[in-house]
Amino acid sequence: MQLPQFQNRVIKSVPEWLVYVVGFAPAAWLVYSAFTGGLGFDPARSLEKEIGQWALKFLLVSLAVTPFWHLTGINLAKYRRALGLIAFGYVAVHLATYTGLDKQFNLGEIIEDIWKRPYITIGMGAFVLLLPLAITSNAASVKRLGAATWKKLHKLVYLIVPLGALHYVMLTKTWQLEPMLYLAAALLLLVLRHRIFDLRARPQRRAAPTPNLAQAGSLAP
Amino acid sequence: MAVFRFPVPLSSEITPKNVFLNRRSFMAAAAGASLLPSFPAFAEGNPDAKKLTATASTFSTTDEKTPYDAVIAYNNFYEFGTAKEDPAENAASLTTNPWTIKVDGMINNPGTIGIEDLLAMPLEERIYRLRCVEAWSMVVPWIGFSLADLIKKYDVQGSAKYVAFETLVRPEEMSGQQGSALDWPYVEGLRMDEAMHPLAMVAVGLYGEVMPNQNGAPVRIIVPWKYGFKSIKSVVRMAFVEQQPPTTWNIQAPSEYGFYSNVNPEVDHPRWSQAQERRVGTGLFAERISTLPFNGYGEQVASLYSGMDLRVNF
Repeated sequence: MQLPQFQNRVIKSVPEWLVYVVGFAPAAWLVYSAFTGGLGFDPARSLEKEIGQWALKFLLVSLAVTPFWHLTGINLAKYRRALGLIAFGYVAVHLATYTGLDKQFNLGEIIEDIWKRPYITIGMGAFVLLLPLAITSNAASVKRLGAATWKKLHKLVYLIVPLGALHYVMLTKTWQLEPMLYLAAALLLLVLRHRIFDLRARPQRRAAPTPNLAQAGSLAP
Repeated sequence: MAVFRFPVPLSSEITPKNVFLNRRSFMAAAAGASLLPSFPAFAEGNPDAKKLTATASTFSTTDEKTPYDAVIAYNNFYEFGTAKEDPAENAASLTTNPWTIKVDGMINNPGTIGIEDLLAMPLEERIYRLRCVEAWSMVVPWIGFSLADLIKKYDVQGSAKYVAFETLVRPEEMSGQQGSALDWPYVEGLRMDEAMHPLAMVAVGLYGEVMPNQNGAPVRIIVPWKYGFKSIKSVVRMAFVEQQPPTTWNIQAPSEYGFYSNVNPEVDHPRWSQAQERRVGTGLFAERISTLPFNGYGEQVASLYSGMDLRVNF
């Protein structure tokens, strides 16, 4: 266990703010490109799609933290809150792009979309479910809710991530590989979470993180 | 249930019959005779592409054209991949010469017609709106002629009610066909009266040059009042048939894509509202355009569908 311990020491020395900076860099680049003509001839649609894909990526990564630890011994739990909040940030920009640039704040059309088009119903549902997780991703919320309730609430992420991936699968006109890969990854992480493939020895899990003030607000328990 | 009403033009907008019958001379007089005759190509475009000479058409819209760069970069052509930029990246491999269209079915003189024969037809430039079912649109200066002029070369039997079209299948040159995004060949069809309508077009070029590969080279059909997927690309077969022919997107998802697929803002696609469209190439904050029935060609084509419930026959 020498190697993971060394890596974990290195990881611990990385400040959380750096994760935010790196995490939001693609968003900054995409928004910059959209404004400067770098996203092609249908920039609103490209921005919507690219930002949505990044949201899914960060949701998947935040979900992967614990299985990754169990499989490799490398512990990224310190950054799980940052990863989850970055994912939420991408979801928010994705929704803003849809609302502002795609639908141009036409509330009637947005409501019709949510009502009539299942992939938008599902996407919007996933966003609504994600909101309380983002709001309670702070130490004060863990204290107020109590660790057990907080943990239970944040289990919603196991519903949110597959819904987000399903949203992507359903919006393409044909069965396409890329959205299917996101859905497959989401389902795989769910399975891993249920420890069917947990290959590590039991004692390892005894050190499993319980929410404390240091890592309160992580999206996944 | 809302009833579709055919747009009735104001009487002031109806062209007097004598002007209509002499519309070419009227247009020529109005525009100044020197502006209208044959023009060789455009400064815009690909300098290496073969240029075509075409006359202006009274069917052209005055809407601002979508820039050439956007027209050749933003394409739905699943034979070369499902992403919009895929055809521009992958279509260079397509051999477009020699090229023939097999013409058969219920006609007395079946045969084949070569691309050289099509290019030798009197060519017009027609600036048409193109409305994709995905709620984006373009304005494209196509080069070609009325599909009716091609069909008239054939002795079609009276019992033929539809014309069916087929796209080339050549997976070694069409990388998208190595996968199974759709059933190949791509097939489309029109009712005979739709095909004979003067607006329906055989296009062999755009922006004054031969058809770029990614836009459906070397010959495609353009039906401007229908969603873009009806305008089949890289056509190798045209067959006259009695029964309504199968069409690719209808096979793929019958509840989403009908045989007619006329542009209709009142009939939503299950995944998109069809009320508005984004005009490609107009930027991040460009305002949405309200989609018109029959893509704005209702005055010319609505009568083809009189008595039909366009919600049922979507």
